[in-house]
Parts: sequence; structure tokens; C-alpha cells
Amino acid sequence: MTDTPVLSVRDLTVEIPTRHGVLRPVDDMSFDIHAGEIMGVVGESGAGKSMTGNAVIGLLDPPARIVSGEVLLSGTPVHKLKGDALRRLRGKRMGMIFQDPQTSLNPLLTVGDQLSETILEHLNVTQQEARKRAIAALEEVGIPAARQRIGSYPHEFSGGMRQRVVIALALCAEPDLVIADEPTTALDVSVQAQIIALLKRLCRDRGVAVMLVTHDMGVIAEAADRVAVMYAGRMAELGPVREVLTNARHPYTAGLMESTPLASQGRKRLRQIPGAMPRLGALPGGCAFSPRCDYAQDRCRQEPGPTLKRCDGRAACWFPLNTAAKEEAKA
Amino acid sequence: MAETRVETRAGARPSRLRRAWQSDFTWSFRHSPVAVAAFGVVMILILGAVFAPLIAPHNPFNPATLNLMNGFTPPGQANEFTGELFLLGTDDQGRDVFSTILYGMRISLFVGVSAVLLAMLLGVMLGLMAGYVGGWTESIIMRVADVQLTFPAILVAMLIFGIAKGITPPEYRNEMAIWVLILAIGLSDWVQFARVVRGATLVEKNKEYVQAAKLIGRSPFAIMLRHILPNVLNPVLVIATISLALAIIAEATLSFLGVGAPPTKPSLGTLIRIGQEFMFSGEWWILLFPATTLLALALSINLMGDWLRDALNPRLR
Amino acid sequence: MLAYIIRRVGQSVLVLLVVGLVAFAMFHFVGDPIDNMLGQERTQADIERLRVQLGLDKPFVVQYWRFLEQAAQGNFGLSYRQGRPVAEIMIERLPATLELAFVSGLMALVGGIALGIFTAINRRGVSANVVMTASLIGVSLPTFLIGILLIYVFSVELGWLPSFGRGEVTRIGGWTTGFLTESGLKALILPAVTLGLYQMTLIMRLVRTEMLEVLRMDYIRFARARGIREKSINFRHALKNTLVPVVTVMGLQVGSIIAFAIITETVFQWPGVGLLFINAIQFVDIPVMAAYLMMISVMFVGINLIVDMLYFAIDPRLRADRTTGGH
Repeated sequence: MTDTPVLSVRDLTVEIPTRHGVLRPVDDMSFDIHAGEIMGVVGESGAGKSMTGNAVIGLLDPPARIVSGEVLLSGTPVHKLKGDALRRLRGKRMGMIFQDPQTSLNPLLTVGDQLSETILEHLNVTQQEARKRAIAALEEVGIPAARQRIGSYPHEFSGGMRQRVVIALALCAEPDLVIADEPTTALDVSVQAQIIALLKRLCRDRGVAVMLVTHDMGVIAEAADRVAVMYAGRMAELGPVREVLTNARHPYTAGLMESTPLASQGRKRLRQIPGAMPRLGALPGGCAFSPRCDYAQDRCRQEPGPTLKRCDGRAACWFPLNTAAKEEAKA
Repeated sequence: MAETRVETRAGARPSRLRRAWQSDFTWSFRHSPVAVAAFGVVMILILGAVFAPLIAPHNPFNPATLNLMNGFTPPGQANEFTGELFLLGTDDQGRDVFSTILYGMRISLFVGVSAVLLAMLLGVMLGLMAGYVGGWTESIIMRVADVQLTFPAILVAMLIFGIAKGITPPEYRNEMAIWVLILAIGLSDWVQFARVVRGATLVEKNKEYVQAAKLIGRSPFAIMLRHILPNVLNPVLVIATISLALAIIAEATLSFLGVGAPPTKPSLGTLIRIGQEFMFSGEWWILLFPATTLLALALSINLMGDWLRDALNPRLR
Repeated sequence: MLAYIIRRVGQSVLVLLVVGLVAFAMFHFVGDPIDNMLGQERTQADIERLRVQLGLDKPFVVQYWRFLEQAAQGNFGLSYRQGRPVAEIMIERLPATLELAFVSGLMALVGGIALGIFTAINRRGVSANVVMTASLIGVSLPTFLIGILLIYVFSVELGWLPSFGRGEVTRIGGWTTGFLTESGLKALILPAVTLGLYQMTLIMRLVRTEMLEVLRMDYIRFARARGIREKSINFRHALKNTLVPVVTVMGLQVGSIIAFAIITETVFQWPGVGLLFINAIQFVDIPVMAAYLMMISVMFVGINLIVDMLYFAIDPRLRADRTTGGH
């Protein structure tokens, strides 16, 4: 992974002007994703995870807009593109998977129509070739009897199968980057694992870069290579998944870990983080996490939290923890 | 305007939402020039109608004050025989058009408001019953609603008017016409209320607070009134506003067709019917002013209804 | 699917029975049919004879059944006012109403859908907002005022088009048509616009609302995320989904065109069944009222059935025989 990253996000800031002032759902985010890598983005709802994904693929709903920073897709400045140029990139070089397979497929078109349409849009192939590729795409995501099912409507598939169709659609024009926005949240637990396994396989086989947005630490532990923890629009912690999970440096990450039941951690009592994430319009002074932080000191309450760049590049915290050392000390 | 959407989404907790909604509501009114203007026009017209006896220079229903010599006086000009001046001119019988409009509006508004109240009362009651009681009650009420909905309201109103007219003895027909109108329009318009209220009731009924109220032994009547009704007031208010515009138009239409308010008690629709006869001979004011008033009234109420719907349901913008 | 259709047909029959009951009740309770048929000079014997002849001595249910039988054969008796069989008068006047309704319905449908799509896609555009504002005036403007306005401009001031009647009509079998003569077509323009304009604004606003709702759906976002062209998103993905709910309301709209034809026909003195109905109400001519009611009920019910069938054509989810997820 020494080559240039597939996706490189630099100082990305998204703002929404409202009549009560400007909200900043994404604030100064920077991260890279390399080919064949799954990067997890985790945080509570409203932390700005999905907004980051939408900003990357250029699907922000007005009046939300990118006000500064860069989104580079293998060097292409996506944030500068508009209209048709941006549209040509979507699907072809970056795809997106949505949360709810019930609603993300057009109910009135067959899955074959939706697949061929996407293939014909981006690849220079004939109708027949598009159909062939559509069948191949369905086979690749593990839909049995793909040749027969190509003429089926979305409602004729089960939830898990439908999410496979969605993945096939996102991947059928062979993009380099896939943004998966909570791809398992709306699914049954038993199906979730299958979908995660499928994503991992596709990522490995095809060398796709995956940005996996989720609020589920379990999914991150299972699938991601690296993880970015977001809080109130900012990056709280960024690092390889093993290190972050076993040795959280940001108190928020540590809190998230303690509140998530993970098999690897054995039978420990779950804790919860006190309070709730502040609304964007009412962020506290100082570090946004300070009111809920057990370790907050005066500096945290007075100065805004540091950006990753200003710290060790791992945790955006004035007083990063060393969870592993603490655990050892306990033992 | 997606700002409000973000706003509501951000303030997810109910107590805050409620406060935000209320401030948003007034905020959106003050910042919508259309809503303010429409509200202003409606208020002026309503005040004009209510205080018609004080404002109107003549009483068009009192034959003693009429002078046939004043007939067909153009607006703003002195009559060539009597020298009297009329702001908006006079009709064929020498009635002051301005005064007939004020009095006509009284009848239009009275019929419209009463009909909507009737429809609302009926619709809300039946909707609550259908939603809360369920079973046969619901089946019967909603089937009737479905059948009625197959037919346009104006047709149902005409039919009810025709039947009621047939039942009323001929000598009372003119006197009863206004009440028959209210009944006809009111009965033709309850379905909308019933459907919305039933839908909302079905949702509320299964919520925990209603279950709790049941458990502590509140009577169904009290639960419907105290717990469910407040939750359906927003949509009912929106429908009532839009229905008012429709009812006023329906009244005008029926009266225009000659199956509504009688010439002795003319509403705006009757005035337009009368005015239409003089359109070809050049006495345009007899038609134009009542027609403009009707349009201003209906349009302003519609604009308010439109705004109200958006303000109470930001998602639909 | 078959079960669904059978259920819908059953409901339609129920509607017709209820309407029939209303029509029958009108005969039965509004005014005394004996009074209406016999003049002032009558004997008790005459009354008794007529009671038996009309079946008024039979139980209510039997009378209702006989009424339905007669109605099904198109027999509603004599018009109180004209003294001729109601069916004859209706058939004579029906072509005028149907031609008017057809032309204005077509106008409302085509214009309404086109403008609805336009205003939904260009939601923030100036021209779309102008159209929307104009449509609000259109909704607030009662049909009869539109008619009067058009007459004033095009008949009184400009003198281009006739203000009343059907113009010259051509008789083809039992049907009279105004489509074949210049004066007939000219006479059709103003009434058709009057009748169609209001429906057009309604359809336009409905299409716009539905389309905006659809454009917010996840599958539209997903289509965007796949780089599908705007044109394809609007017309292939969004429009079809928009039409599903719009089709129902359009069915109702066709019904209300026939009802609103009453108003238009009155304004333009158009010799159709609507004008007949209004005159019947004014003179409490019960047989004509009842016959009109039954006739348009049959029409409405028929239209609603057709709309239900259209549903199946548009929405695959409703084709019940394929809904199960298996192979």
C-alpha cells in the first residue's frame, strides 16, 4: 500500500447555512483509503459519517455544501467537478451502497433493467453484452439462478438478496471506490454477517477501496482494516483497527468500546457514555466531547479540541489515553 | 426550503421539538409576505362582512331605500337623474353594488363557515369513532365515505339541495334555502375530515400513553377527546382552511347555477348570476366587483391554507 | 389478481345498489308520485288504481327491486316537466356532454402531466414558480368565473368565438357531433377550456407533489449515485413511480369532469345532460334527477374499475401471481 491512495480527503469541511446560523456537520476531516482496503467510519448518529460519504461522492443535498478542503479520487479533484463531469464519475469510478435495500431499488424496474442501465451508461458495450455482464454481476454477489432472476422485480427478493443486488449495482461498472453507508443496519443479524463477508471478498478480489460507514463497532471489528472515529463532525481518532480497538487513545473511542459488547473482550460489564451528542447548532465551547468526558480538564473546556495533525496523528485529544497500559496496570 | 428540515431533525427530543415548532410557526408566518398579505385580505373582508350594516351606505334588502331611478349608475359617477354618487355603481334595481357585495359576503361567509363547521364536526366525530372503535362501526362509516368520495362534492351538494328542496314545502323554500345550502355543502365535505382523523387515530390508538389511559380506566370518550383529538388537530386545521375556500366557491357555484341563495338574499354567487345578464350590454361593474371579491376571498383563504400546510408539515415543501 | 378484480366488481355493485337506493328514495319520499302524475281533478278510485298500477301497495323491498329492474332497462318514467320519457331525453343530450368531457379531459391530462413534471423538475426555477402561482389562482377561480371571463374576452370584446350553444351539429345515427363543422368546433373551444382548466391545475399540482415526493426517495439517490443521467432519472425512474398514485386521482378527476360539466353547460347554455340536471333540480323534476344520478354512477364506477386495471399495468408489485419471492 505504498502507491497513491484511491481516495484522499484533505481538510474537508461541509456547511449548512440555516436561519439560526451556519451548521458544520463535517469539520476538517482528512483521511486516505488505499486500493483493497476497508476503512471504517464509525460514530453515533448525527456525527457526520453519512454526510462525509455524501460529500465524497458529490451527493450533498443543498443547501449543504463543501466550503473547503479537497476530495481526490486517484488524483482527480472530485470536489471541483460539477454536473455532467461529476455524474460520469459516479458509478464508473466510485459507487455507493445505501442503508435500506427496501427503498434503494426502483420498485417498478426489474433488477436486470437497473443493472443494464448502469452498465450501458458507463461502459461502451452492446445491449447483449450489458445483459451478460448484469448476470455476471448478480452471480458475483452470490444470487442463485442469476440468469432467471434477472427479469425479477425488487419486491420478489428477500431483504438480504436485495442488498446483494444493491451491491451488484454499485459495483457493476467496476468502480475503484465504494462508499457503503450503513449497509447492514436494516438487515437481520444473520444476514448482516453474510453481507459483510461479501463486501470483504469483493474488496479483496477486485482491489476496491471501501469506505464503510456504520455506527456498529462490531461491524468495524469484523470488516475494517483501518477505522476513523467521528464525533460531532470531527475526526476523533484514526488508526489501524486492531490498535484502535485494543488501545483507544481518545476518551470517546474508549467510551464507545466499553459500551459495545465484543466477543473478544470476554465478559466485562458494559458502560455507557453519559449524556448525548450535542446538536450541531449547540456545540459546547472547548472540545465538543468535554461535557461527556471523564478525563476532561480545564484546557478541554476552554480551547477547541486539537485537530489530528496537531497531535500524534492518532487521537484528536489534548490528553490522549493509553488504554492498553491502563489495562495492564489493572492486571 | 430544506433549512427547516435540518432544524426539525436536529431537535429530535419531543419537548424541544414542540417549542421549536411553535417558534418556527410564527417565524414562518412573519417571513412569508404572501401569508401575511392573504391574512390581511381575509381579515378585511371578514370585518367588512361582519360590520356590513355599519359600513354599507344602503341596505340593499330594504326596498324603501331603493330608487329605481338610480338603476345602472356607473361606478364613481353621479346618477344623471338623482345626482346620487355610488362608489361601485348600481345594479338594474338601483341597488348600491358596494352594499350588495358587503351583504352578499355576509351570506357567503356565513354559509361557508357554517358548512365547514358542520363537515368538521361530523367528520371528526365519525373519524374518531371509526378509528377508535373499529369493527362494524368502522366498516360502515368508511364504506359510506368511499361511496360518497366516488362522487364530486359539488354534485353531492347539488343532489342534497335538490332533495331538500323537494321535501320543503314551496312556501318555505326561499326562507330555508340558506340552511339547505349549509346542510348540502356540509354533508358533501365531511369525508376528508373523517379519513384524516381516522388515520391519525389508528396511529395514536396503539401508542403507549393511550394504552396507559385505558389501563387506568379512562372512558373511551375521554380518551378520544383528551388524548387522541389534540394529536389530529393540525391536519384538521389545514383541511378546514382549504375546505373553507372550497365551501365558499361551492356556495357561489350553487347560487350562480340558481340552486342556492335566493335573489331576495343574494350571496356573491347570486350577485354574479345577476351581473352576468348585464355583461353583454356593457354594465360591467355589476358583474366585475362581486366576481373580484369572490376571487380575492377564495384566493386569500387558499393561500393561507397552502402556507399553513407547509408550516405545519415542513417535509412536504 | 382475479380475486382482487372480483372484490372490486363487488364493491362497484354495492356502490350502484346504494346509489339506486338513494334514487329510489327520491321517488318514494320527495313529493308524492301520485300527486305528480294526476292532475287536480282526481277521484279516490283513480288514486287507488294508480297505486296498484305503480306497485305502491307492495312492500318497500319489492318496490326497490322493481325500481332497480326498471332502472337497469333504462326506464325512469316520464319527466314531470317535459312529459317525455326520461331515457329519451337523456340519450338525446348525452353526446353533447360526452364530447365536451372528452376534449377537456384530454386537455387536462396532457397539459396537467406536462406542467406537473416541468414544475417538479425545475422546482427552484422562476418559470416553474410563475406556473405554480398561476395554478393557485386557477384553483381559487371557480369554474363559472373562468367561463364568464372567457366569454367576456373572446365573445363580448373580441367577438371571435360564440358564447353559447353547440354550433352546427352533424347527425350520425343516434349521435350528434360538433366535431365535423367549423361552427361546432368553434363553439367547443371556450366550454372545453373552461371545464379543462380547473382539472388541469389539479392534475398539475398533484403530479408535481407526487414527483417531488418520489424524487426524494432512496432509489432516486441511488440512481444518482450510479451516475444515471438526469433525463433518465426524471422520466424513467421518477415518472413511472409518480404515475401510480396519480392514476387513481385521475380516475376521480374524469368523474368530476362529468360533474363539473353541469356548471360549464349552464354558463354556455350547452345542450348536454348537465344543463338538464340543473333544470331538473330547479323544478324538482325527480325522474330526471334520479336518472342522471344513476347514469353518472355507472360511469364513475366503470371509470374506477378501469383505473384499477391500469394499476396492474403500471405496478408489478400488484400482480399478485408473481409476488412470492421464490423461483
